[in-house]
Amino acid sequence: MLALLLGAVSRWAIPALICLFLLLGWLRRVPVYEAFIQGGAEGFMTAIRIIPYLVAMFVAIKVFRVSGAMELLAHACSPVLRLFGVPAEVLPLAIMRPLSGSSALGLATELIKTYGPDSFVGRLASVMQGSTDTTFFVLTVYFGSVGVRRFRHAVVLGLLADLSGLCASVWICNHLFR
Amino acid sequence: MLNLVWLFLILGGIAVAACNGRIDLVTETIFSAANDGVRVCLELIGLMTLWMGMLEVARQAGLIRLLARLVRPLTVLLFPDIPPQHPAMGSIIMNICANILGLGNAATPFGLKAMQELQKLNPRPDTASNSMCTFLALNTSCIVLIPATIIGVRVATGSANATEIVAPTIFATGFSMVFVMVADIIWRTYLQGRRRRPPQC
Repeated sequence: MLALLLGAVSRWAIPALICLFLLLGWLRRVPVYEAFIQGGAEGFMTAIRIIPYLVAMFVAIKVFRVSGAMELLAHACSPVLRLFGVPAEVLPLAIMRPLSGSSALGLATELIKTYGPDSFVGRLASVMQGSTDTTFFVLTVYFGSVGVRRFRHAVVLGLLADLSGLCASVWICNHLFR
Repeated sequence: MLNLVWLFLILGGIAVAACNGRIDLVTETIFSAANDGVRVCLELIGLMTLWMGMLEVARQAGLIRLLARLVRPLTVLLFPDIPPQHPAMGSIIMNICANILGLGNAATPFGLKAMQELQKLNPRPDTASNSMCTFLALNTSCIVLIPATIIGVRVATGSANATEIVAPTIFATGFSMVFVMVADIIWRTYLQGRRRRPPQC
C-alpha cells in the first residue's frame, strides 16, 4: 500500500509540477513560451559553465577509487567503526557517498545484490544511500556555477550533514533491524 | 579546504596506484573520467534548460514570490540576511521541495537558480556568503520523504518489503537536518561573531 502510494507520488510529481507552472503562468497572462525560452537560455549557459568543475571532481574521485586508495582507507577505518555496529562491508559506500552519486549508487546496488535487500547489510546500505548526499558534487557544482572560489564553512557543514546522517542511519538500523 | 581534498584524492590515489602496480590504470582512468565529467554536463544541459525555462514561467507568474512569502517565519531564522520576499527564497524552497520528494534531477536546476539569486546579494563574489553556506548545508542534509531510487533498487533485487527503509531514512535525514541547522546557527552567532562580523549576507 505504502509502496503504491509513494510510487504514485514520484510518478506524478514532475508532470503535476509542470502543469501547475504552465497553468498558473497562463492564468496570470505570462507569455509562457517566451518566458520558457528566456529562462532556458540561462539554464543552458549555466550547464556549460560547470563543466570544468565536474571534470576536476570526476578525475580526482575516479583516480582515488581505481588506485585502491579507497579500499585502503576503508580497511584502515574498519576496526574503529566495528565498535559502533558498522559492518566493514558498508564502509566503501560511506566514504564514496559524499564524493560521487553514481559510484555510491553503484556500490549500494552491489551490496544489496550480494547480501540481499532484506539482510542487515542490505537494509543499512539502503538507508545510508537515502540519508546522505553527494556533498562534494553539490559544493563544486553550486559554487562553480556562480564563480565562488572560497567555500568557507560550507565544506564543514556539508560533511557534518553526511556524518550525522550516517550515524543516524547506523543507530536506527541497529535498533530496528538487528 | 577543497584544494586540500582535491590534492589528497589525486596525489593519494596516484601514490597508492604506484605501490599497487596499477599506474597504467590511472592513466587510462584520468582520460576516461575527464570525458565522463563532460558527458554528465552534456546530459545536464537538457534538464537545466527545461527546468530553468519552467522556473522562469513560474517566476513571472508570481509563484516563486508566493512561496517566499509562505515560509517567512523560517526564513527569518535560517536566512536572516535575505530580504523578505526576495526571489532567492522561492528558488531555495523549490530546491528543498524537490529534494524532499526525491526528484534529484529537478533539484539541481532549482538549486543553481537559487545560487544565482544569492550571488546577487553577495558583497564578495568570490567568497561564499553566510546564506549560501546555510543553503548548501540545508540542501545536503535535507529530509527525504521518498528515497525513490533506492526503493527501485530494492524492488529490482526482489525485496520482500522494499519500502521498510522509508521510515528509517526519514528519521536519519530528519536528524541530520536538525543537527546541521543548529550547527550552522551556532557558527553564525558565536564562532564567527568574535571576528567582528566580516562578510554580510
